[in-house]
Amino acid sequence: MSDAVTSKIRAPGRIARLRRTLGSIRLPLHDPLAVIGLCIYLFFILMAVFAPLIAPHDPNEILFTSEFALAADLTPGTDGYILGTTTLGRDIFSQIVWGARSALLIGLTAAFVVALIGSIVGIVAGYFGGWADTVLMRLADVAFGIPFLPFVIVLAAFLEPSIWNVVIAMALVLWRDTGRVIRSQTLTLRNRAYVEAARVAGSSDLKIILRHIAPNVLPLSFLYGSIAIGWAILTEASISFLGFGDPDSISWGYMLQDAFASQALSKGSYYWFVPPGFLIILIVSAGFFISRGYEQILFPKLDR
Amino acid sequence: MKAITVIGARLLQTAFVLLAVITILFFMFRLMPGSPLAAYIDPNFTPEQQAELMARFGLDQPLWRQYLIYLGNLLQGDLGESFFYRQPVAERVLALLPNTLILTFSSLIIAYVFGVLAGAYLAWKRGSVVEQICVPLVLTTRAMPEFWLGMLLLAVFSFGMGWFPAGGTRPPGAEYDSLWALYSSADFWWHMTLPVMTLAIYSQGLPLLLMRSNMMDVMREDFVTMARIKGLSTFSVVIRHAARNALLPVMTSFAIAVGYQIQGNVVVETVFSWPGLGRELVRAVSTADYPLAQGAFLMIAVVVILMNLVADLLYAALDPRVTHE
Repeated sequence: MSDAVTSKIRAPGRIARLRRTLGSIRLPLHDPLAVIGLCIYLFFILMAVFAPLIAPHDPNEILFTSEFALAADLTPGTDGYILGTTTLGRDIFSQIVWGARSALLIGLTAAFVVALIGSIVGIVAGYFGGWADTVLMRLADVAFGIPFLPFVIVLAAFLEPSIWNVVIAMALVLWRDTGRVIRSQTLTLRNRAYVEAARVAGSSDLKIILRHIAPNVLPLSFLYGSIAIGWAILTEASISFLGFGDPDSISWGYMLQDAFASQALSKGSYYWFVPPGFLIILIVSAGFFISRGYEQILFPKLDR
Repeated sequence: MKAITVIGARLLQTAFVLLAVITILFFMFRLMPGSPLAAYIDPNFTPEQQAELMARFGLDQPLWRQYLIYLGNLLQGDLGESFFYRQPVAERVLALLPNTLILTFSSLIIAYVFGVLAGAYLAWKRGSVVEQICVPLVLTTRAMPEFWLGMLLLAVFSFGMGWFPAGGTRPPGAEYDSLWALYSSADFWWHMTLPVMTLAIYSQGLPLLLMRSNMMDVMREDFVTMARIKGLSTFSVVIRHAARNALLPVMTSFAIAVGYQIQGNVVVETVFSWPGLGRELVRAVSTADYPLAQGAFLMIAVVVILMNLVADLLYAALDPRVTHE
């Protein structure tokens, strides 16, 4: 009986805690630019989810004209191909639509991993201090000494070509910025009166971190996470462009490499290489806009 | 005395980072799939011949021993020999470094001059329509894939208009007596225009946004208000009082920007077939020329690490408020 009572008493506490944690993930809805960013994301998420319904063709399918000739280098509008076809006779519009999937997949996973690792490193280093702090911050120094793009290239050659190489490389190197910033934030939180009070009241370190430190650090994690989405998508594009990408998955970077290698520049096939770049800009700047919204939640003095 | 200990500590830290990066690099390349001698070993070699070759390169030694040999060679400036060129890697890499540095520095200087001026202007005009259009626009240039911007400029100005060459550093067949003759030739600068423009458009965002936010902070400080009360002209207040103080952090960011730019050069050099370290790294990795790839990577890493050091020291030297516990 007593068990049932305590669990009943505890349950609202747990819900309140959950609500508090979720509350600190507030979306930056007060900033018009951030709202635009969120709308852009919504657009891309819908495009990725409904890709099979939106895209008229399989992105890898080699298409033929009604006279059974290869449908190569068709200009937009010809034979109903909205954005024309590639030199190998593939539908550009379908590739664009499917590209949203790999962009979002890579961007969101990488952002999650970078924010998670960076936050854990920063909180552990800042909260515990001592040798843990020394070791983690020296590791961050080393990570700052590694040139990122060259590192991804070497890693991609080392591992099998896969879209996850970018995520792995970001997890290994790019936690450094998030980690340092969150460490200094944790340092200021550690000495606050309520943390002091919780410690005197006998709360364990884990409890203090989860209840008092983590919720206050979360908006910063989100700030760095929303920047990391852009970095991941840009990096994947660069890697695919250099020819170290996953040959089996259609991404906007892969499309640009295909266009570049097929002489689309000298042919003036703008309809081929402009749209993928334009969409990359759109999705990456959406991340920047959202991050500015978080910046204003965190540092209200910028909000004049 | 205190300054010397600070510099000493920073140098020690830099040496540690350098050693750590070299170590990571060594083990990454040694763990690469395939024999490191694949390019040398002919399939017709007998096992004895192969073993002898392995011994000559020290590959029969335990890994830690190879690592020490590698470090020893590195100290003597020996980066190994390129499989493809059959030429010392150090020679090759040092020959390409100036091309990369020229590209990086000219684009960054343009980006910083423009960024600082435009950033100061936007801070002065804050709240105006111009500012509300320009700031998102600048964020957008930061979101561009650099190589895509390069492709666009190539398609328009090289293939479309025919104003600029499509790549390389010199017209086909042109020979120059010395590097200096090449770098001072008009052809070289003509070839360099598009890649430099690409990099400059991409890089101007950082100094611009930094200058703008610094300016807005400085404009609220007492001494600026004082200057206004004294009745100085707006120009004098903005340029002589505010801008001078807002400039310091922007200048330290230049060193960091060099480090970032040199990594990003990899793609832009590839688009414009610019014979620099980045393009060489890409080619070396795709042809499995491991010694060359390792050398090019190391060279880029050294520039990044040195620039981090320069930024740290500049920051400490220029801003007296920075203290070291």
